[in-house]
Amino acid sequence: MSDLRNLDVELVHQPAFLDPVTSVIPTFRLLQQDGTLYPGAQAPDMSQELALKIHDTFLFIRALDERMLASQRQGRISFYMTQTGEEASDTCSAAALDAGDVIFAQYREQGALAFRGFSVDQFMNQIFSNHKDLGKGRQMPIHYGSRELNYVTISSPLGTQIPQATGYAFGFRQSQQKQCVICYFGEGAASEGDFHAGLNMAGVLKVPVIFFCRNNGYAISTPVHEQLAGDGVAGRGPGYGLKTLRVDGNDALAVYEATRLARQMAVEEHQPVLIESMTYRLGAHSSSDDPSGYRSRKEEDQWRDKDPVARFRNWLIKQGWWTDAQDQARQAEHRKAVADAMKRAEKLDSPPLEDLFSDVYDLLPWHLQQQQQQAREHILRHPQAYPATAPRLKAAGEGKA
Amino acid sequence: MSQMNLLQAINSALDTAMKQDERVLCFGEDVGAFGGVFRATSHLQEKYGKHRCFNTPLTEQGIIGFANGLATQGQVPVAEIQFADYIFPAFDQIVNETAKYRYRSGNEFNVGSLTIRTPYGGGIHGGLYHSQSPEAYFTHTPGLKVVVPRNPEQAKGLLLASIRDDNPVLFFEPKKLYRAAVGEVPDEDYTLPLGQAEVLREGTDVTLVAWGAQVQAIEKAAELAAEAGISCEVIDLRTLLPWDHDTLATSLKKTGRLIINHEAPRTSGFGAELAASLQESCFLYLESPILRVTGWDTPFPLALEKEYFPNELRTLDAIKASVGY
Ligand SMILES: Cc1ncc(C[n+]2csc(CCOP(=O)(O)OP(=O)(O)O)c2C)c(N)n1
Ligand SMILES: [Mg+2]
Repeated sequence: MSDLRNLDVELVHQPAFLDPVTSVIPTFRLLQQDGTLYPGAQAPDMSQELALKIHDTFLFIRALDERMLASQRQGRISFYMTQTGEEASDTCSAAALDAGDVIFAQYREQGALAFRGFSVDQFMNQIFSNHKDLGKGRQMPIHYGSRELNYVTISSPLGTQIPQATGYAFGFRQSQQKQCVICYFGEGAASEGDFHAGLNMAGVLKVPVIFFCRNNGYAISTPVHEQLAGDGVAGRGPGYGLKTLRVDGNDALAVYEATRLARQMAVEEHQPVLIESMTYRLGAHSSSDDPSGYRSRKEEDQWRDKDPVARFRNWLIKQGWWTDAQDQARQAEHRKAVADAMKRAEKLDSPPLEDLFSDVYDLLPWHLQQQQQQAREHILRHPQAYPATAPRLKAAGEGKA
Repeated sequence: MSQMNLLQAINSALDTAMKQDERVLCFGEDVGAFGGVFRATSHLQEKYGKHRCFNTPLTEQGIIGFANGLATQGQVPVAEIQFADYIFPAFDQIVNETAKYRYRSGNEFNVGSLTIRTPYGGGIHGGLYHSQSPEAYFTHTPGLKVVVPRNPEQAKGLLLASIRDDNPVLFFEPKKLYRAAVGEVPDEDYTLPLGQAEVLREGTDVTLVAWGAQVQAIEKAAELAAEAGISCEVIDLRTLLPWDHDTLATSLKKTGRLIINHEAPRTSGFGAELAASLQESCFLYLESPILRVTGWDTPFPLALEKEYFPNELRTLDAIKASVGY
């Protein structure tokens, strides 16, 4: 027998259509904005060291985002995306994982990457597309990736990472590694077909994956209520056989605890989990966007009052682990580190011409060898038109001769 | 006549179409109140209401599947895909459904009223996923029409023709020119013919053909060639499917030399189709091999975008090679 459906489990004799559900899944929250726990709420078991590392990541990201947005405005870089207001979602979920767990991100998760140890210079080299960028200057700013840090390189097409995360996690299961995959995406991306495919396959194939949705209220200009009906993204989870939790994404402790428990289920039981983290994109969608056309200042201010970084800092101070003076000093250090790294990265050359042709395949097939040669000859014929590559090609040619 | 940039011309075409026919509906990601990330649908929701210009959820396969259904019902959908790079989740709906609706049903059903608009092309520091020119994936699909305008006046007339054509049309908008190309555009309702190329400059030595933003590259190359005493005929193909063989063959028979320029990679690009067809019909007139000046066979890069681009200098090199053959 392979038809395992049990159709007689509960019979009714009136046609009882199920109503669509809205807001029945509760939100898990531990911390109040002033840094005190709710009565009856229990702080997760988080060491002082880890708590300070999380907070330090927050401060670094704030410094990075602020400086890079300013650089974009000055025309030093073409594009940037901040994650202001959402830092707790990705940073604290990543903090609850093992360093060997793999991260598939969407693009607004620089906190998770910084927490893993991506250096300020690595950030800058990617943003400035110079020859030290691990991605060889091929992708737009913020499309980071690092094999060393188990952070799969960002791809702009939305949702594509979701079924890939399921596949990667299945690989962990196959090779009996006690690791899981975390997959970040926005509530907008959750409308893509890939979301549904990825969750369905995870539920059916029972893989160690945590789907982590950052529900920040908007997909560019589109508010959530024009994006999905029903009980948010979390409402999708049970239908695909996933353990599901909605969490306050501005509550660092709740996000950490939610992800810690999710990881246990994923790794120990191969139970895929969906977490919907409720937060708010305080900044514009990207440096190309101006949100004043689609939302009010008042709404933004209301969310500014729920700042996740301030909330966590209040908790740290109440714990006696941190002071305002330390905070000020550390902010200044991060700002300086970012500014210094930017100056270094700006000075570095762009990638060499070979990097236009390499990595299309493992090796250059004949036609790419031919095209690379044609490009080289063309550039040398018109060196004034190709200031980034012509001088180096010339120098290399003379060196050879 | 008004001075408009290419975006304003697109907006004017949509406005004209919506005013004239209430079955015309515009939708896609962020196209509603916001007016689209490039503002091509600005003010249309204000003017025509939320039921005629609206946001969709973020799902390209959903958008085009929905549009196919709408068109079958008799509405006139103009669906926007935010970037041509993001058309691929809708590939199945376009290639297997849009293109084949009429044929597979013996014309019991068709989606001829559908138009899909999408910005394409590089030159905006967009890297791999905000720069692609995917037209050739679709020119390989019988049942679709593929149209690419080069400037504001062309964009309005060709888009209106596409919306009213009784076949599904993919309308690729050169986003590099959205604000950069400005020109006189008639305020009234007008269409330009689909399936017809346009000779922009007459010449005797070499024929240059391109479409969309690359028309500027071949026009500049023709200028440079003229300085070197070479006379180029410049043609904007305008419609890629079905394309205007007669105009190209007539020109090629006159000049004996042809250079095709496109931004998309070389291998299996639409230039390959043009070259293969034209050598069949014009073989005895050819003075030199037909050449292609195209993007390299790599994904679209970022830092080395300049080195990738089939610009006027690469076209000029090809012109000289062709003449000196
Ligand atoms: C397949 C695809 N379609 C469209 C886009 C263009 N786009 C980039 S970001 C974005 C909005 C994403 O919203 P969400 O998933 O909520 O993430 P958030 O930006 O809020 O973090 C859109 C429509 C894209 N990158 N990929
Ligand atoms: Mg969002």
